[in-house]
Amino acid sequence: MTVVDPRPAGERPTAATLTLARRVINSARLDDAALRGFLHGLPGVDEVGAKARAAGLATRSIKTSSKALALDLAISMVDLTTLEGADTEGKVRALCAKALQPEHANTDCPRVAAVCVYNDLVPVALHALRGSDVKVAAVATAFPSGRASRAVKLTDTAEAIRAGAHEIDMVIDRGAFLAGRYLQVFEEIAAVAEACRADGARAHLKVILETGELVTLDNVRRASFLAMLAGADFVKTSTGKVPVAATLPVTLVMLEAVRDWHRQTGIRIGVKPAGGIRSAKDALKYLVTVAETAGPEWLTPDRFRFGASTLLNDLLMQRRKLAMGHYAGPDYVTID
Amino acid sequence: MMAKSGSAANAPETRLEARKTYKLFIGGKFPRSESGRSYVISDRSGRFLANVAQGSRKDARDAVVAARAAFPNWSGATAYNRGQVLYRVAEVMEGRRAQFVDEVSALEGIGRKEAERAVGAAVDRWIWYAGWSDKIAQIVGGANPVAGPYFNLSVPEPTGVVAVLAPQDSALLGLVSVIAPVIVTGNSAIVIASEERPLPAITLSEALATSDVPSGVVNVLTGRTAEIAEHLATHEDVNGLDLTGAPGDLVTSLAAAAAGTLKRLWAPSPGAPTPDWLSVPGIGRMTAFLETKTVWHPKGQ
Repeated sequence: MTVVDPRPAGERPTAATLTLARRVINSARLDDAALRGFLHGLPGVDEVGAKARAAGLATRSIKTSSKALALDLAISMVDLTTLEGADTEGKVRALCAKALQPEHANTDCPRVAAVCVYNDLVPVALHALRGSDVKVAAVATAFPSGRASRAVKLTDTAEAIRAGAHEIDMVIDRGAFLAGRYLQVFEEIAAVAEACRADGARAHLKVILETGELVTLDNVRRASFLAMLAGADFVKTSTGKVPVAATLPVTLVMLEAVRDWHRQTGIRIGVKPAGGIRSAKDALKYLVTVAETAGPEWLTPDRFRFGASTLLNDLLMQRRKLAMGHYAGPDYVTID
Repeated sequence: MMAKSGSAANAPETRLEARKTYKLFIGGKFPRSESGRSYVISDRSGRFLANVAQGSRKDARDAVVAARAAFPNWSGATAYNRGQVLYRVAEVMEGRRAQFVDEVSALEGIGRKEAERAVGAAVDRWIWYAGWSDKIAQIVGGANPVAGPYFNLSVPEPTGVVAVLAPQDSALLGLVSVIAPVIVTGNSAIVIASEERPLPAITLSEALATSDVPSGVVNVLTGRTAEIAEHLATHEDVNGLDLTGAPGDLVTSLAAAAAGTLKRLWAPSPGAPTPDWLSVPGIGRMTAFLETKTVWHPKGQ
């Protein structure tokens, strides 16, 4: 007997997502109990071990030509972000100009990966970036709290897609996740993923776990798997709107999750730490962690991004320092 | 078994010497040098005085970050407030007179009387500059006479972060005479202490740390002047450079490096005699690190 799902097509997870999810969790039924069984059956994260591993990776010293390559790679992975209530069209245009040519009067500096804005500013960013390969990412689904009905979240997403956003950064319902309503979170992510592909659009979906609110690293691992089950293209740490944003141990756990997911399914999911990464030194620590955890296949803007605003200036200053042989100062980079 | 306390009390009193290993002063804290190096300071007769940290390129970089962070609040403080804060430093220095006298006497190889005179002059010099905080604007700024219906006002503003190479000879009076004029007008400073006579600079750091000067307004590096100075002279986030204590053969190259990043410069003229630190200094060292902002304002008919 076939049960017909009464929801409109746009809100239903695609058959392919459901088939993959059933295969991975090894259950014919997809409900709270089956998801809990799978997520709580994942190997636990040794919190002390994860912190020690992250701290160990952070001591790696990178010099000269490797450093120059790493800085350029990091610049090309930046999602240049402005998510303020006070954002204006002018500010977004200025940000886009910087995205296109990060270093003043120097065209051999790589461009950033994307510009990340609220979805009402997507048209402004698209216009400013026209003709380039810099992507426009929009935050949707009642960012940053995610406290809205599913209809509102889907409308929010659909508007961003209609405006032409190449990437959608959605937030999960942390309340539902922490209360154990995994199916609700799964369906919501799957529905947004479906909306990203509505009307022939091919927008990438980044799922923000808001790890600062998930309390434990076990939860981070579970939330990462839940997002990947539901069809995320990227898992992202944070909104940048809560006190604890991206940390190296959290990113390490997420990188382990995408590595394990790849071993299981052959699919490579991206990782995006966001918020709190301000120095080039920190960025290099993340790159080392990516290479040592997920592997060099992840060292590309398609699979690893930094969500940041002030980080770019420090990367540029370090780049200048390498080029000129003396310390650079903030007077020589643009203030955004 | 330990000796009984009764017998210890009868023995002649001997103490193990508490040999000092000093650290740097950056951002209000006393960190070790990032390089982990230190060197020995001896008095004029070669007797050990203390170990001091040998600052490195990265210590200079950290000091610039601290000085830059301190600049907005310090330059934004009222001149009156800055004067009070600096006067308080003189009070704390006065309380450490004996220590300063010991250090100056040992390092400069002069008698106690002469050292006392130098320390007294240093405290007086600090107070003299503190008094200038709310007076310098009247001397170098003010209303300009213009032929038009405008007020035209010039206001001095601090240059920013200033790197100071303290004099190599005069360990305290010379040091105070180069730090005070830089910070009284609202600049923040990175000071490279005298290479072989750094102890009064370290003691002054302790006085600054326990007075009201905000963290990062004065940062003191000890070490090899020639090694550290180069990195400050070329640093883009340093706005001014005082070459008073630069080794003679480096003045030209450091000045050229400073020009490369558009710094204000105070450099001794070639072949000039050692300054007489006891004489009244004048306002030259203050105005060297001031920028003049001029404002036109319509007067109304």
